[in-house]
Amino acid sequence: MDFDLTDDRQMLSETLRRYLAESYPVPHRNAVAYEAPFHDPAQWQALADLGVIGALVPEAAGGFGGAGFDISVVFEELGRGLCPEPFLGALLAARLMLAAGEDVSELMAGTTHYALASAEIDAPYAADLIATEARAEGGGWRLTGRKSAVYGGQVAARFLVTAKAEGRLALFEVPAAAATVAGYGMIDGGGATELVLDRTPGRLMLEDASEALAAAEQAGIVALCAEAVGLMDVSHAMLLDYLRTRTQFGRPIGQFQALQHRAVDMLTEIEQARSITIAAAAALDGPDAGRMAAMAKSLIGRVARQVAEETVQMHGGIAMTWEAPVSHYAKRLVMLDAQLGDTDLHLARVMTGYAA
Amino acid sequence: MDLSYSPAELAFRDEVRGFLAANLPARISDAVRAGGELDRQTMQDWHAILAARGWLAASWPKEHGGPGWSPVERHIFEEECCRAYAPRVVPFGVSMLGPVLIRFGSERQKAAYLPRILSGEDWWCQGYSEPGAGSDLASLRTRAVREGDHYVVNGQKTWTTLGQHANRIFCLVRTDPEAKPQAGISFLLVDLDTPGIEMRPIRLIEGGYEVNEVFFTDVRVPVGNLVGEENTGWTIAKFLLTHERTNIAGVGFSMQALEEVKALARKIRRGGRPLIEDPLFAARLARVEIDLEAMKITNLRMLYRAQKNGQPGPETSILKIKGTVIMQELRDLARRALGPMAAPFPGPATEGNLTFGPPDSAHNAARYFNGRKTSIYGGSNEIQRNILTKTMLEL
Repeated sequence: MDFDLTDDRQMLSETLRRYLAESYPVPHRNAVAYEAPFHDPAQWQALADLGVIGALVPEAAGGFGGAGFDISVVFEELGRGLCPEPFLGALLAARLMLAAGEDVSELMAGTTHYALASAEIDAPYAADLIATEARAEGGGWRLTGRKSAVYGGQVAARFLVTAKAEGRLALFEVPAAAATVAGYGMIDGGGATELVLDRTPGRLMLEDASEALAAAEQAGIVALCAEAVGLMDVSHAMLLDYLRTRTQFGRPIGQFQALQHRAVDMLTEIEQARSITIAAAAALDGPDAGRMAAMAKSLIGRVARQVAEETVQMHGGIAMTWEAPVSHYAKRLVMLDAQLGDTDLHLARVMTGYAA
Repeated sequence: MDLSYSPAELAFRDEVRGFLAANLPARISDAVRAGGELDRQTMQDWHAILAARGWLAASWPKEHGGPGWSPVERHIFEEECCRAYAPRVVPFGVSMLGPVLIRFGSERQKAAYLPRILSGEDWWCQGYSEPGAGSDLASLRTRAVREGDHYVVNGQKTWTTLGQHANRIFCLVRTDPEAKPQAGISFLLVDLDTPGIEMRPIRLIEGGYEVNEVFFTDVRVPVGNLVGEENTGWTIAKFLLTHERTNIAGVGFSMQALEEVKALARKIRRGGRPLIEDPLFAARLARVEIDLEAMKITNLRMLYRAQKNGQPGPETSILKIKGTVIMQELRDLARRALGPMAAPFPGPATEGNLTFGPPDSAHNAARYFNGRKTSIYGGSNEIQRNILTKTMLEL
């Protein structure tokens, strides 16, 4: 039993934390995160050069990580820094491309952006319920349908698109130029797109993508949970600072027990969130990966909202302003519940194990 | 990061498993499984079995008759005992007074009392709380006045768990009423046979009898029974409260309870199907199971830190708060699962007539009500929040 990071991961974590604090502070982040293209190309490249994407890819495929704890270390720091760069898309794409036996060197170098286009308006989380179809035509495939919530879609050169092909859930690659891409900024920063496919040519990557997609989602869930842990640690620290310095009724408001106990409850839940994220990272790629990912995402969804709302409430009016960093952390904490399945969806997945 | 046990720890686990399979009598594990109160003899028998193997005083070093286990080994032992439905070791002598004597006791006290704890000759109970001193323990008023070679003790203690089985009590008493509250307290060992002591049972919410009031009227206690220096009792009390914390989350017991609730909900039918397939019930259950899964890791993380730092840190209050709430939630689900069949009152009026309902339905409502104590005793969950406010949040 060992709850310390390996030296390599510890170093990556510290490097990334220092880099983001110095080069990607919240004011810069806010300038980037809410205006097209919703990320900073120079920073993306610098972070890729630091090895952020390489850490998400196993050594056998040219990277230097790829395990659950590599993912969690990277995304915890991205969360701490409230970084809007679309690394989640890179992680999901890397997993799917490796499942298809494809080369990920350009993805890892940061020179080619990929985005996963799977969600649809009536199937935001469940890939088996998508309506997009692929038909064989003249030796190739043509895709028709509409994809939603494609994170990082504005800058993607290549989309990995799920579609039903001859009754199976298949995965295709579609170049951005071939599809209609409608981008939008998100309330918690960063960009996403709709992707409209109308007999759009696609290259078949996986005939049956169900398992690869589930496995990629589990990795993505570890990433989101770790990001949330980083966001929550910073939010809680900012709250404690505020409780120590904000004076009302002649004393720091942190001396009021009504606030103290709630701040303790947040601490307790954040520790629980950290624990379940560790459990999910440890289980990734093993037999219990699905169950632990579901548990982690369900708990994180619940706790992240509590931390976000309590942080805002205890800060009072100042947290309602755009200027206060805590407000941007709160938005990200609340909205990440809607990525890769929310707290209820994953609770239901845990429940499906009960009937027997 | 590695969440698995080392080969040595796995070998230790197998050794514990083997021991329990061979030495835990079915009559004892059946009694634990049934969920009622255990009688004195059953608890004594189990203590004797553990003592014979040298495993009774899990937290004691080898030189005093303990097994010298690491925090992780103690955790594994407790986990396996839960899994096998072994009784919980009665903590007052073994887990509470023992470590206090080892740390603060005189050589004479160690030699006199430690072996008697291991042999079962002494059954200790605790005299901490008073009617006017609960969460504010330092305001306790039981007086001990020095008269020659004796202290004369007058006052009242309460919530003395299993005092009805005990022959000795360790007490916090006020020896200096002028000093500020924490500075005037001493830690005293008292023989319950001493004239002037009266123990009265307190009947609990569910009808059971596990705690007592203890009255002291001019009780003469030899000064040799003072542990540590006079007026340093608060330091000892704090040591005791933070010492035995490896099992404070009660993860093993909650895992037991979770399996019981699942088994119950598979057996019980509601609306034409097994209750466990009812989405509202299953959602409640899943939520607790997730909390418990996280708590397992939180517990191990803090254990790991305790092992590294040589002692548990203040963050163990998190385990107390969350661990007790998880257990209470599970007890609520068991009661809820049984519906009206949870109502039969397993007291004298019903004894022998509990033939209705599922065979394991008895005691579930009683355990739910009795379990409300866990967020109150040992420093209420609100006191734990105060501790965390000071130690972790530094507010």
